Amino acid sequence: MAFFEVNNLIKSFGKTKVLKGVSFSLEKGEVLAIIGSSGGGKTTLLRCINFLELADSGTISVGGKVLYDGTVDKKMSDTKMREMRLHFGLVFQNFNLFPQYTALKNVMLAPLLLKIDREENIASTARELIDRVGLSDKADFYPCQLSGGQQQRVAIARALALKPDILCFDEPTSALDPELTGEVLRVIKGLKSSDSTMVVVTHEMEFARNVADKIIFMADGVIEEMGTPEQLFEHPQSEKTKAFLSRSLER
Amino acid sequence: MIQHIAEQFPTVFAALNVGFLQTVKLFVVTLLGAIPFGLLISFGSMSKIKAISATVKTVVWIVRGSPLMIQLLIIYYFPGLVLHTPIWGSGEQGRFIAAAIAFIINYACYFSEIYRSGIQGVPIGQTEAGKVLGLSKSQIFFKVTLLQMIKRIMPPMANEIITLVKDTSLARIIALQEVIWAGQAFLKGSQGISGEIWPLFFTAVYYLAFSGLLTLLFGYIEKKLSYFR
Ligand SMILES: Nc1ncnc2c1ncn2[C@@H]1O[C@H](COP(=O)(O)OP(=O)(O)OP(=O)(O)O)[C@@H](O)[C@H]1O
Ligand SMILES: [Mg+2]
Repeated sequence: MAFFEVNNLIKSFGKTKVLKGVSFSLEKGEVLAIIGSSGGGKTTLLRCINFLELADSGTISVGGKVLYDGTVDKKMSDTKMREMRLHFGLVFQNFNLFPQYTALKNVMLAPLLLKIDREENIASTARELIDRVGLSDKADFYPCQLSGGQQQRVAIARALALKPDILCFDEPTSALDPELTGEVLRVIKGLKSSDSTMVVVTHEMEFARNVADKIIFMADGVIEEMGTPEQLFEHPQSEKTKAFLSRSLER
Repeated sequence: MIQHIAEQFPTVFAALNVGFLQTVKLFVVTLLGAIPFGLLISFGSMSKIKAISATVKTVVWIVRGSPLMIQLLIIYYFPGLVLHTPIWGSGEQGRFIAAAIAFIINYACYFSEIYRSGIQGVPIGQTEAGKVLGLSKSQIFFKVTLLQMIKRIMPPMANEIITLVKDTSLARIIALQEVIWAGQAFLKGSQGISGEIWPLFFTAVYYLAFSGLLTLLFGYIEKKLSYFR
């Protein structure tokens, strides 16, 4: 069994079926990029993986253990939900930093509240993370004093502070001015060297091609095509994939 | 003229101070009641149970849509004159309780709308970021959203509270012995002074001083909270 497995996830909002049976697996340390046109269900997939939405059916497993089974786990206790969420991290499109705390405090807040370590250790880990995303000189700045790219890097540090097994990104650069996307993508690329497993929804084709081990093209709630960057970008099989790729190359 | 006022001033000043004390008491009691009661009402109006939210919203609409003066009159006179059970009694204390109840209900309804927009104004992404970080519901409320809500509601709350300072004068309609009543007494005649209009005009100074003080206080609080957006 692979380190991270998603099996046949189905999710509807009212009458609209948004995920129509999504399955994939990922080995530890691998990076998965998810591409696809708007409305295909990419955000919904990440939200289901992070339990911000509960899938109607399907399973999610990490390290060989089934964490979530949509057919039985609908009414879950708050405590169990929180434990499950800790396997995952999510970096949002629009950062969602806590505005009333400094960059450093944003990174420290959850570890402090969850009491995962002694306070001084939490503080020094947080400083290391802030260093790692290249913001040592901005640690005591409030989010409103940071650029979008800097805010997103703080958000990445915040997600890393809880050492999630799998870190998810939902279009981490699409709220940014073009000149700021590079710094954020470089940070994400830099994380790859370590053993962190990542799922990145992105419209940055160059980034997907260079960084991902595996690419999924999603359309209309299903995985239309899945493979290595080489396979997907050089030899796409599905007509939908071909159309999408040629459209995004034009841009 | 000036000399004439100067002679009367000590007597008038003492009487107005007593009246103003009652004004301040009504102001404080209204806030102490309406601030928490308003929160309850705002939860009611946001309730997922339709029957509760619809009822609460209707009541809020009625209270906000009709004059506080009429609400005061109804609350004070309805039990005695219509139900023939004068629960308030006839003394100053009864008038104060009736006034306080009318003010608390009225202001709680206004506050509830401010709270509601404050609560709903904090982006859902804040709560979701907290959830993804494994925080509990109460940790998210107290450590993430509460201060953002307070910051959002501060300017409209300051407005309402300063309006309350002036609205307390409406309690004059049920003869509560607040500062306007005290000023008016010298028109009819009291402590050897009668036919004098200036004490009534002079009460405005009390309202100005009080609302000026509050304006400074709220300005200070808003400045304290301006370090984030
Ligand atoms: N909470 C919701 N309630 C109802 N419909 C929803 C909800 N969330 C998403 N949808 C619908 O599900 C579909 C997939 O949305 P989703 O946000 O997952 O797409 P996406 O692939 O992330 O698109 P984009 O590239 O624009 O971000 C859309 O048609 C959307 O309208
Ligand atoms: Mg999306």
